[in-house]
Amino acid sequence: MKKLLVVLLSIFCVFSLVGCGGSSNEEGTGDVESDVITIKLGCSGPLTGDAAVYGKAVENAAKLAVQEINDSDSKIKFDFKMEDDEADTEKAATAYSALYDWGMQVSLFTVTSGSGANVATLYDEDKIFALTPSGSSTALVYTDTTNYKGNFQMCFTDPNQGVASADYMKDKFADKKIAVIYKNDDVYSAGVYEKFDSQSKANGLNVVYVGSFTDDTSTDFSSQIQGAKDAGADLVYLPIYYQPASIILKQASDKDYAPIYFGIDGMDGILTLENFDTSLAEGVYLLTPFAADATDDATVHFVNAFENAYGEEPNQFAADAYDCVYAIKQALDNIGLDNIDPDNLYDAMIEQFTTMTFDGITGTSVTWAENGEVSKAPKAVVINNGVYVSAD
Amino acid sequence: MKNFIDILFGKKNIKRTISFAIVILAYVIITVLTNTIRVSRLFSSILVPVCCYIVLALSLNLCVGFSGELSLGHAGFMAVGGFTAIVVSGILSYSIPNTIIRLLIAIIAGGLVSGLFGLVISIPVLKLSGDYLAIVTLAFGQIIKSIINNVYLGYDAQGIHFSFVTNTIELAEGGRMLLLGPMGSVDVEKISSFTAGFILILFVLFVIYTLIGSKNGRAITAARDNRIAAESIGINITKTKTLAFVVSAVLAGMGGALYALNNTSLQPSKFDFNTSISILVYVVFGGLGNITGTIIATSILYVLPELLRSLQDYRMLIYSVVLIAIMLITNNTYLGQVIQKVKLIFMKKGDSHE
Repeated sequence: MKKLLVVLLSIFCVFSLVGCGGSSNEEGTGDVESDVITIKLGCSGPLTGDAAVYGKAVENAAKLAVQEINDSDSKIKFDFKMEDDEADTEKAATAYSALYDWGMQVSLFTVTSGSGANVATLYDEDKIFALTPSGSSTALVYTDTTNYKGNFQMCFTDPNQGVASADYMKDKFADKKIAVIYKNDDVYSAGVYEKFDSQSKANGLNVVYVGSFTDDTSTDFSSQIQGAKDAGADLVYLPIYYQPASIILKQASDKDYAPIYFGIDGMDGILTLENFDTSLAEGVYLLTPFAADATDDATVHFVNAFENAYGEEPNQFAADAYDCVYAIKQALDNIGLDNIDPDNLYDAMIEQFTTMTFDGITGTSVTWAENGEVSKAPKAVVINNGVYVSAD
Repeated sequence: MKNFIDILFGKKNIKRTISFAIVILAYVIITVLTNTIRVSRLFSSILVPVCCYIVLALSLNLCVGFSGELSLGHAGFMAVGGFTAIVVSGILSYSIPNTIIRLLIAIIAGGLVSGLFGLVISIPVLKLSGDYLAIVTLAFGQIIKSIINNVYLGYDAQGIHFSFVTNTIELAEGGRMLLLGPMGSVDVEKISSFTAGFILILFVLFVIYTLIGSKNGRAITAARDNRIAAESIGINITKTKTLAFVVSAVLAGMGGALYALNNTSLQPSKFDFNTSISILVYVVFGGLGNITGTIIATSILYVLPELLRSLQDYRMLIYSVVLIAIMLITNNTYLGQVIQKVKLIFMKKGDSHE
């Protein structure tokens, strides 16, 4: 037993070490001058552990945006602080407390849904305005019994993605036989699938096969692929993240099965996955708010700045975080320097967010509903010669 | 009653009195601090989780330290207790508005259901020993997580609605979903408190010490030390091991219940292998069979990463280094001799009773 203990504990120590690293860029926030207001902007997300890549993306992009604003002649400056919550519900509460102690005035909420759902009530009770870049579960902004007034989302909610997918398929692929493979122990994937299921029935789509997997079985999909193939599906809907999706594409191609693939925003990132043959992703459709290859000025500026600063292409988490900071700045600008009252920031921010229109890199003419959900058009893109091309 | 007092506070059992004293002292100091000065939010937010993990670590120590059976599925019992408590508290919220009574009922229910699972598991499991038991309990933890991932449970005026794998529940007006498969529970009413955690720790200490000090407790340690010798003097090995395992499961379920009701939202994925191992780390650092050590180690190891927040990105790196350093230092033979000498000075009679 002792030997086993030693082995287990060593493994634990090693895994605690993995996921560390990266450097923190200290940005110099200028001291408060008489006509400049510095807002303390907090955020919690996974900086260590399995989901660290998402937290890191948000942190980097938010820091980039804050840096740009602080270097500009804007009268509103930000002091940004990111706390690690390990994508864990329990740690999210302590990370929130650490930010609260620091004196956070406005927040980028949490990066992941599970963490956000646990601290949503805390933001509500303490009346701190929060805008999440990527926490897509509706539990962050409202529940069956309460509407968290000051909690807003920058990304689509999971149900909205499911509905949008089913509606898009109704327009484009009404005659196809559809198979679905989703991850049933994941809040994101199961949440999207649940709404897709009801909307596809309402839209009269022909769903012939539904397969699911869990975290423990996310390395082999041969039975699900065979199931979809046997059912004669010619479109496979993958409301999952790109890592398992890449395995599905590979294994299906080994089985000479070549349906049309349809993903959602979690599929974004598949082209930059290491050791993945991107030719397999040719012809994959995905609904995403952001494409790094877009040629509009704002996106080109962001992608270049991000690549210069961090040496990698930004993903949609980064893009959403970048937009979050600018949306908050726009709201503060609208309130006006003279009218910003730290004690009353919460109500003023809510009023702005429910009335203003925001143009960012993840969407134009973005508005927010009273319940905190964002309204922006999902862009359907198709991968063609290794780049995203508009599917419409 | 005299027997109880002797077991807990008798002359020979000074160590047991010390663990009670430490817990009560810590509670009094923290309560005074929180009521007099403005303590940081971070400090007050980790009090209840620390209590929960102390309960979990103590319950696992009963299993690993005293009974000598390695359990790698304690997060499974925690999950059973936790989600039972959420369901019970959710259902009772209509009829019992008093949160203290509701919390008490939820914790007891969590413990009982978890104990029931412990009993069912122990039938096949305790026929095995050593590594095999570890593998089965590991599997149990995974199975529990997968099952809860597929349970949908709602409550409305007509009663409880249940569905498995897919959500087919349609609730009447005013109903509430209590379990939502992989989404776990959202919108849970937070009713746990630090005082409840403190009382639960005292209860767990009482149960463990009473059990260890009893005839059954001696049978448990005898079965651990030498199975054949214990059998030869007529101890029913399976029965004593089952007793320790089930009591451990009940206590873990209670800790899980307290934990769950301290969160607004809780997903089954929280109760994975890593959580089981974290609890095991607390136990091993505190010392197998060492109750006071477990309480102190859990508190330190839980608080440490929070104290290291100022180090930002290097936080978990430093944490791991500290873990390794503690392991090396506590196993240092020279240091061990020093500690032994200090102990001898304190216990003048040289009582080496462990």
